[in-house]
Amino acid sequence: MFRIIKREEMAGGTVVLNEIEAPRIAVKARPGQFVILKANEDGERIPLTMAETDPAKGTITVIYMVVGKSTELFSRLQVGDSYQDVIGPLGQPTHIEGGKNVVCVGGGTGVAVLHPIARGMKEAGCRVTSIIGARNKDLLILEDKMRLASHDLHICTDDGSHGRKGFVTEVLRELLEKGGVDQVVAIGPVPMMKFVSLLTKEFGVPTMVSLNPIMIDGTGMCGGCRVTVGGETKFGCVDGPEFDGHKVDFDELILRLQAYTEQEKLSYHVCKCKGEL
Amino acid sequence: MGAANQKSRQAMPEQDPHVRARNFEEVPLGYTPEMAIAEASRCLQCKNPLCVQGCPVGVAIPAFIKHIADGKFDLAIGKIWERNSLPAVCGRVCPQEAQCEGNCILGRKGAAVAIGNLERFAADWERANHACELPSREKATGKKVAVVGSGPSGLTVAGDLILKGHEVTIFEAFHKPGGVLVYGIPEFRLPKEIVASEVSCLQAQGAKIECDVVVGRTETVDELFEQGFDAVYLGVGAGLPRFMNIPGENMVGVLSANEYLTRANLMKAYLFPQVDTPIPHGRNVVVLGAGNVAMDSARTAMRLGAEKVSIVYRRSRDEMPARSAEIHHAEEEGLHFELLSNPVRYLGDEKGRLIGIECVRMELGEPDSSGRRRPVVVPGSEFVIECDLAIVAIGSGANPLLTRSTPDLPLGKSGYIIANPETGKTGKKAVWAGGDIVTGAATVILAMGAGRKAADSIHEYLTWGW
Repeated sequence: MFRIIKREEMAGGTVVLNEIEAPRIAVKARPGQFVILKANEDGERIPLTMAETDPAKGTITVIYMVVGKSTELFSRLQVGDSYQDVIGPLGQPTHIEGGKNVVCVGGGTGVAVLHPIARGMKEAGCRVTSIIGARNKDLLILEDKMRLASHDLHICTDDGSHGRKGFVTEVLRELLEKGGVDQVVAIGPVPMMKFVSLLTKEFGVPTMVSLNPIMIDGTGMCGGCRVTVGGETKFGCVDGPEFDGHKVDFDELILRLQAYTEQEKLSYHVCKCKGEL
Repeated sequence: MGAANQKSRQAMPEQDPHVRARNFEEVPLGYTPEMAIAEASRCLQCKNPLCVQGCPVGVAIPAFIKHIADGKFDLAIGKIWERNSLPAVCGRVCPQEAQCEGNCILGRKGAAVAIGNLERFAADWERANHACELPSREKATGKKVAVVGSGPSGLTVAGDLILKGHEVTIFEAFHKPGGVLVYGIPEFRLPKEIVASEVSCLQAQGAKIECDVVVGRTETVDELFEQGFDAVYLGVGAGLPRFMNIPGENMVGVLSANEYLTRANLMKAYLFPQVDTPIPHGRNVVVLGAGNVAMDSARTAMRLGAEKVSIVYRRSRDEMPARSAEIHHAEEEGLHFELLSNPVRYLGDEKGRLIGIECVRMELGEPDSSGRRRPVVVPGSEFVIECDLAIVAIGSGANPLLTRSTPDLPLGKSGYIIANPETGKTGKKAVWAGGDIVTGAATVILAMGAGRKAADSIHEYLTWGW
């Protein structure tokens, strides 16, 4: 069993942080890797990229948005409760190269995944400029941590309630126009990653995105997480989760992520009716 | 043992095909004790039993059958356990017609003794009655063995080594032990409760099982040695789904058999929304391939409420690789066979959802390197099969996750581990391997046979150092 030793609500309770005892995983995990979590016997296996690891304490941290039955169940777990299963670390770690001028772009809960990468790049001697965004001020997470992990931090909200009003891509365009950007890392909702990638392609700046396709085992066995990258089929779980944003077929990814939308609604509805949540 | 008896093989009672095609309960219902005794009495008790030669783990078949004929069911299961720690599984999923029963003398003129059904009977009788003591363990040796993968080969290795007095820990990447027995083989062919029961026997004997450990990621093979294991057995299966690499394959509605069966079996998605994992329900389902995995996928789709399920296979019925019993069951349940047909592309609607598969007709030419007649495209024979769900069951390759993290482990051309077929020894010191990761996708019993040989070799190594 994998005990929760810290639980925090963010963004008005729509986003939850869990620090979980998982000593084996904590020792091994590197920035960019993910775990699969399962709350209980009948639960779904849900992949989440780790936001933090503490090898000394033997813990890992995940931050997720409550969007359906499974994440709702996760969010009901309190300090002292346990996830039945946590599997990992899975996927390839982020390739971090020092001495570059990097722009890190994060949206929504993607900021949680972006943070250790930005920090790792700063530690490796990169100059890190970050742009983080959310729909409004309340939904913005990890602002303070991102400020520490970056040389420069830009904030955008769709409604202008904090930072600049507008999309992360607008700030990014200005930075790209100024020039001197060696690499962009973009992690967030798929449409955001798609538009960031389209933009950086105009400027010919290499762009890395972290994908979250639907998967079951996370070890290359089910093939559910297929993504088309540069015309080739890749498995998100073992070849990813990070890919070259200029080569990813985002439209296909969006369709594949919606494969179970109807059933997920049903599941959420049924469990609410039965009073499980 | 009259001549009349010898001719009439006891038929296995089964659920009615029309009923069972819509439920997940087991298809064969099992022999009654009377039927088992009658069937066992047909055995000629050959002095030189060919059936045993056909069994990859060498079960003392005539001896256990004699016990059943005598009504001594406890002795029968004890006899089987000497060579086979998973009899309830093997009695259900072994290709007996090609192994023990295929060699039975009675089969030359009439029907072979139903060895599989009898093995199943003995195992089920024991599970219901708990009349036997577990086999006794030898004195503890203090040696520790790590078994990677809890499928049939890993469980066999663990079962053998634990009896020889070694300490065994099995590491499983999934959250439940059993490997292909729990994620791949459907409930209606192998109830999961049976796998759980055979695994718990192993635990009762002292084997430790650690789930949620992905060797190659959570721990490497070398780290297992650093933690004090004296030997490592790799029984991780093949487990990399093959796709046809034709246009449209990543469309919503196209799944690998691994994904489909894992959702249905391991995650019990057939109970959705009582459980949380969803599974696509197709109205018209096409399964590509004609092996056991294809039959399992197709029969699962039927049970999930499909109106029509078609098996698309590029050769003819004679070349279908599935067990004949499974093909027969599938036919009884109303599956449609689209033989001598090969998919060339998937067709989708404007939302990217599957609506059909374009196929071509094939004809059989000269035999190819596999010995089967090579299918050749009939020009201009394109046709479309309408479908909203396609399941790709054309085989699997070697999953590189573990082997990539073990750079000094010699691999063959396709990424399978090279292991001595007699001992399971690999090119890395103190590491053995067996089952699908060595041979490519095969059967449960062959994986168990490999496990048995490896266990003998590991025991020699731990005892004598070679």
